[in-house]
Amino acid sequence: MEEKKLTWKQLPQGDVLEAGTSLKFKTGNWRSIKPVHIPEKCINCLICWMACPDMAVKTKDDKFSHFDYDFCKGCGICAHECPTEAIKMEKEGK
Amino acid sequence: MPQRLTKTANEVFAEAMRQINPDVVAAYPITPATEVVQIFSQFVADGKVKTEFVAVESEHSAMSACIGASACGVRTLTGTSSQGLAYMWEMLYIASGLRLPIVMAVVNRALSSPINIHCDHSDTMGARDCGWIQIFSENVQESYDNFLQAVRIAEHQDVRLPVMVTTDGFILSHCLEVVEVLEDETVRKFIGENPERKSILDVENPFTLGALDLQDYYFEHKRQQAEGMKNSLNLIPLIGKEFGDKFGRYYDFAESYKLDDAEIAIVIMGSTAGTAKDVVDQLRDEGKKVGLLKLRVFRPFPANVIQKALENIKVVGIMDRADSVNAISGPLYPEICTSLYDSDKKPLLVDYIYGLGGREVREEDIQLVFSELFNILKTGKTYNLKYIGVRE
Repeated sequence: MEEKKLTWKQLPQGDVLEAGTSLKFKTGNWRSIKPVHIPEKCINCLICWMACPDMAVKTKDDKFSHFDYDFCKGCGICAHECPTEAIKMEKEGK
Repeated sequence: MPQRLTKTANEVFAEAMRQINPDVVAAYPITPATEVVQIFSQFVADGKVKTEFVAVESEHSAMSACIGASACGVRTLTGTSSQGLAYMWEMLYIASGLRLPIVMAVVNRALSSPINIHCDHSDTMGARDCGWIQIFSENVQESYDNFLQAVRIAEHQDVRLPVMVTTDGFILSHCLEVVEVLEDETVRKFIGENPERKSILDVENPFTLGALDLQDYYFEHKRQQAEGMKNSLNLIPLIGKEFGDKFGRYYDFAESYKLDDAEIAIVIMGSTAGTAKDVVDQLRDEGKKVGLLKLRVFRPFPANVIQKALENIKVVGIMDRADSVNAISGPLYPEICTSLYDSDKKPLLVDYIYGLGGREVREEDIQLVFSELFNILKTGKTYNLKYIGVRE
């Protein structure tokens, strides 16, 4: 289905949009490599959660839960910062 | 009662800013506009205004801070000149693109290089396509009156564009004139309450401002912005008339001076219009049919007004206080040509570039321009450009 785009007369004045539009913009498809969690090495220090620039490390009960691949761009900061090498970067589509 | 005071253009800009009592002023000093915000910052320090004064580290930051403030829906003013305006460049486009009604006092000064602190119009002429409304002033009184009107023009719902009000560096910014300054209460009534706009700090009603706008929406937003500028064509004369009805000094896009039966005329902006009017008077005393059109509003460009005012003139000299360095003309000339292209009666046009870098413009220089124009009238032959007042 084709998106219905607004005309200049229909748009609100100025470059104004509703809030939180980045939630609809799934940047995960930019990724060429992806982080993979190795539970047996993880000490749940959550340094990866602090370091992730895209809030793509998700936790549950103060422990590592999963990566949100809708938004993870595969930058590898989490793997780089992990003190126990509990995150490895793998090629996409492997 | 309005007060009659002796003030410079910098002083009346600061005085107007005090009376407007804006929420935010963010500014960085630069000659010859320094006094505008220097005097205003004293008003802030003395508690005479409620303004949050942001003393930033550059003009780029000044305009950025103004954009942030205005995006919160508050009244925002600033001032600058020359290199400072040039340093704001990319942010000028952001302010107009986001439709933020910032009002800025610009003291016209030549752009480097060579470095020069004196008057010409190269700074604001360089910024002519950045989506700001531009209002030029002939004298100190007009600088004050234009600044107050600018707030109304910028903030109007149908316009919502930033406005720069200019004055000529040193010639007006530093020279004393007797001016009529309105009472604070009168100014407050004239400008009215700051109209309600969205605020990016309103966490209860969040929104996105200035989102990435690629092939599919940028064009629509620019088209919308162009309509805002077009709407200002209707608004500016209304505000000028309201100002006149209330305070006795009427304003329009341009002022026609002895143009009705004139065969020869010049078009001019800024303080030199005053000198040129004296020359027109002298030539009129000699029985010569000469006149003058002083352009007050350069953006939006009032093409219809220009056409009506000039189409019955036989020879028109256009006075450009900036050079576009384009091997054709200064910036005013092509716009006047465009305005007259659709007219059946096309006057002969010629461009004169004058007064660059504060070069003194004397009555003799304007007399020379008129004698050139009389020569063109006699021979029927024109040329496109001449430099006035330069050592050949």
